[in-house]
Amino acid sequence: MTDTTVEAGRFGPYGGRFVAETLVPALDELSRAYAEARADEAFEAERLDLLAHYVGRPTPLYRARGLSEELGLEVWLKREDLCHTGAHKVNNTIGQVLLAKRMGKERVIAETGAGQHGVATATACALLGLRCEVFMGEEDVRRQAPNVRRMALLGAEVHPVTSGSRTLKDAMNEALRDWVTNIANTYYCVGSAAGPHPYPAIVRDFQDVIGREAREQILSRTGGLPDAVVACVGGGSNAIGIFAAFLGDEKVRLIGVEAAGEGVTTPHHAAPLGHGRVGVLHGMKTYVLADEHGQIQEAHSVSAGLDYPGVGPEHSWLKDTGRAEYVSIEDGEALTAFHWLASSEGILPALESSHALAYLRPLSKRLPAGSVVVVNLSGRGDKDPETVQRVLEEQTS
Amino acid sequence: MSRIADAFARAKDDRRAALVIYLSAGDPDLETTIALVLAAAEAGADIIELGVPFSDPSADGPSIQRASERALASGTTLTGVLGAVRTIRESTSVPILLFGYYNPIITYGEARLVTDAKEAGVDGFLVVDLPPEECAPLHGPALAAGLDLVPLVAPTSTPARVEAAASIASSFIYYVSLTGVTGARAVALGEAAERANALSQQVGLPVALGFGVKTPADAAEVAAHADGVVVGSAIVDAAAAADGQQAKVAAVRELVTGLAAAMAK
Repeated sequence: MTDTTVEAGRFGPYGGRFVAETLVPALDELSRAYAEARADEAFEAERLDLLAHYVGRPTPLYRARGLSEELGLEVWLKREDLCHTGAHKVNNTIGQVLLAKRMGKERVIAETGAGQHGVATATACALLGLRCEVFMGEEDVRRQAPNVRRMALLGAEVHPVTSGSRTLKDAMNEALRDWVTNIANTYYCVGSAAGPHPYPAIVRDFQDVIGREAREQILSRTGGLPDAVVACVGGGSNAIGIFAAFLGDEKVRLIGVEAAGEGVTTPHHAAPLGHGRVGVLHGMKTYVLADEHGQIQEAHSVSAGLDYPGVGPEHSWLKDTGRAEYVSIEDGEALTAFHWLASSEGILPALESSHALAYLRPLSKRLPAGSVVVVNLSGRGDKDPETVQRVLEEQTS
Repeated sequence: MSRIADAFARAKDDRRAALVIYLSAGDPDLETTIALVLAAAEAGADIIELGVPFSDPSADGPSIQRASERALASGTTLTGVLGAVRTIRESTSVPILLFGYYNPIITYGEARLVTDAKEAGVDGFLVVDLPPEECAPLHGPALAAGLDLVPLVAPTSTPARVEAAASIASSFIYYVSLTGVTGARAVALGEAAERANALSQQVGLPVALGFGVKTPADAAEVAAHADGVVVGSAIVDAAAAADGQQAKVAAVRELVTGLAAAMAK
């Protein structure tokens, strides 16, 4: 299998449009506007110019010398942490907010968990002159206060969401409620390769620059393709962004790392691909965390960005077809990897990306020495020292 | 003719609109729900929409969100709701439509649900996040069993989408009065009801209007044009504000009586 079939917004049996009728025509409008925009040279020129000179692309592919030596592998880090705003999220928001402007929308809404997508949306809206309102679970507002302040400084209004579990899934519910109410003048900027069609395709397309660059860079630096590409998976946008360019390279193993939280044998994890069931959430058919009655369960991860009980539908299809494999890493292993990268390479990784880095140790035991592995370092850890400190204190108390 | 279609036909014979009453099943427990359904039916509800609680009701406003949370907190499941319908059927033949979201149905299994729902005495389904192009797994078994799947049409629906909705409808179409969530305040109910009436003429099926209908005066305004009137959040609020099962029954009975009387005028 060299490609995923994208037909009417489906990835195999996954994806689709499971939304209230009011939203369906808006999704049709979005599909049309997106196709027209991507075919418009002026739109693409402006987008690519902003990616180059505003976001700072291409991001480097860095050979991690300490990690490589310790593991006996060739470890290369795709440095999305060096993007403006500190994570890959901005690749997508630049594209979508340009699209919103082109569609004549005055107002952009977004959901956010860790706050990275909220900051990236607020940034793009400030740059392009659109009003921005961000929905964020009350629990996440508390956990991610620095990002709440960043969004406010960028001119965005943050709405704390008090329904349900007060985290990312509830923020997405509230964004959907706002969108259905203000559909005429509002653009919903989804942050992950998730949600109803066409969002999973739009977000993948705006993020696939990560993989296209990485593929070119590794070819020019090593003369060959990598043996494996590793990325963390919450909703799955950084993973699909780096996987997309390698889907046709059948010998390249694609490995997605979910958050195992306190362990996949406990109820406190965020690994729907490994330990969930097929269901419908937020407009898409995909693997979800749900109980035996179909009620969505709260996800748990030390990393707010992976704390989501669903996953982008293309990952569900890549799992079923076997083109990608999905594993999981516990909170403690991710924290260890956070410190490991800090001390070995002088880079503070986001806790999300730390999950992908943590998988390098078990992977090194399964690959021949000298294998080439690309890890998507999807974000920087400047937002995380407080969380790391808190967990350390909880462990020692 | 299904019991739901029959209820619209009877209302039409009486030259009035059908009154559809929404109740959140299991809010705060199923025993109360059973009592509320019976009271609403006695007080003049032509059709009952029984909301099956879901953890992520993204199309609902605060009233029904909170009701769903209360229902889930008391352990309400789809299996439990079917049990409640069985008990209700011992006392009344009022048509019952299960109203909810798709994930609990997927988990239960569409075909198995249709079998069990029919056996329990359910008349149809309305699934908020299941538009016509995705509904085949439920529509097929429901159609075969003689249960109705009720589609939604919104102010944003294009002519092609109205046709798609009409093509799967077997009893009536639910017209959403506004772009928004349940319980939102509709500004121009009369105009929305006229659009519902036009839709009914176009597709040759009864059309009920819901979202934003709260008071007997609202219901009367809608009933002047539409084939049916759905009242949901206002009922849920009235029940929630009353303390204890008896008071909740009295509150719902009073509101439904007022709605039915206003619509009969």
